Amino acid sequence: MIRPFDLRRPTALGEVGALLGEYGDAAALYAGGTELLLLMKEGFVRPRVLVDVKCVPGLDRVTAVAGGIEIGATASHRSVERSEAVRAHAPLVAGVARHVANVRVRAVGTVGGNLAFADPHSDLATLFLVFDARVVLWSLAGERELPLADFVLGPYETARRDDEILTAVRLRPWHAGAAGTYLKFGVHERPTLGVAAVLTLEADGQTVADARLALGCIGPRPQRLGVLETRLCGTPIADIAQSRTGVTDGAADAIDTLTDLHGSADYKREMAQVFLRRALRLAASRAMGQPVDARYPHTVVC
Amino acid sequence: MSHDIALTVNGRRVEVHVPVHALLLDVLRDRLDLKGAKRSCDLQVCGACTVLVDGAPVSACTYLAVEADGHEVLTVEGLGSPGALHPLQQSFIDHGAVQCGFCTSGMLLSAVALLDEEPSPTEADVMHHLRGNLCRCTGYRKIVDAILACAATAP
Repeated sequence: MIRPFDLRRPTALGEVGALLGEYGDAAALYAGGTELLLLMKEGFVRPRVLVDVKCVPGLDRVTAVAGGIEIGATASHRSVERSEAVRAHAPLVAGVARHVANVRVRAVGTVGGNLAFADPHSDLATLFLVFDARVVLWSLAGERELPLADFVLGPYETARRDDEILTAVRLRPWHAGAAGTYLKFGVHERPTLGVAAVLTLEADGQTVADARLALGCIGPRPQRLGVLETRLCGTPIADIAQSRTGVTDGAADAIDTLTDLHGSADYKREMAQVFLRRALRLAASRAMGQPVDARYPHTVVC
Repeated sequence: MSHDIALTVNGRRVEVHVPVHALLLDVLRDRLDLKGAKRSCDLQVCGACTVLVDGAPVSACTYLAVEADGHEVLTVEGLGSPGALHPLQQSFIDHGAVQCGFCTSGMLLSAVALLDEEPSPTEADVMHHLRGNLCRCTGYRKIVDAILACAATAP
């Protein structure tokens, strides 16, 4: 049973700002409600006012902009899956959007809500890290942009101030010729583990010029694997495609993992190691133009 | 705080006065006496409460009734009638795709949404689309067969 609240439906960002200024942390920003209403039903959060931001024009826009893609906060997962701009410039994002939660959540749930909620078992927060994502935060005081990596602070905790609204996320497409993958593993509704890997080849087509790796769902927040990314540069791509290199050995040792319903911290670290290898193998084979039909139990391969 | 909302439910215009925190599932079941959509997991995971809003499947258990104001809602009661079943309902019967029946209304409405969008789905399309509808009796095989058969015989 949800406790009563007041529902406000502003039609401009200025009105959203005014409401947030008036109610502070007693207000909750509301869009799809797929996460917020669950917590309200359980009584975990009891906002006095829901500020419905779906009526603010333009917030649901998904557009190709100079140097990337901008996804408006109230764009649904479904609209991202179907967006021509996303399919053209970041097809992996469209592919992952197709596998977020289930068809009902995808129809209603929004990208901004997903990021702002900072559920540690989020696909998008992990995936977007390999697109160097930046979130746009708007308030009456002005607009600021933060790297997604600095926005998500921990489980259900972000750098958003009470007077701010997340209006969009900006993604930077990969270098030309880069290839990537996202694997998610789990038997529960939310993923137990998500890993994104992107590899770019040198002009010789033989060695790695650039690597982007992100792991999520296993710890308090998704993380880029900077040390491993650096180690991968210069590695022969064929070695990665056939797991002939020990470059990933021990890569997960330093990863921050948490014990929860999905498994122990140790188990997740082991699985992270396994899935890092699988994701790199797949990204490498795609980068070489020799895509393989990879299938793993309880795993979605994007 | 409460609202007057006007929506179309199964083709019929309905006006109800609802508290702002009322969930669509409770309004359908308790105010409009439409018991087809079921409350089961209450977490948007199982799909037993699936209804269509403007053709899109939603979990009525986690959807504010005020969101349906001005929109069209379809529940299983609007799908067919005992004398004139919807082709999907007939196909479910023909394939033995109903066992205890608790998931059936959600399965049917999810399938309606799928076939609306993709009249000739592959088996993989059906499995993907139904991933969020749980059935603890049939093992899914007969449900998938019923949907594929219905799609194949559609005019």
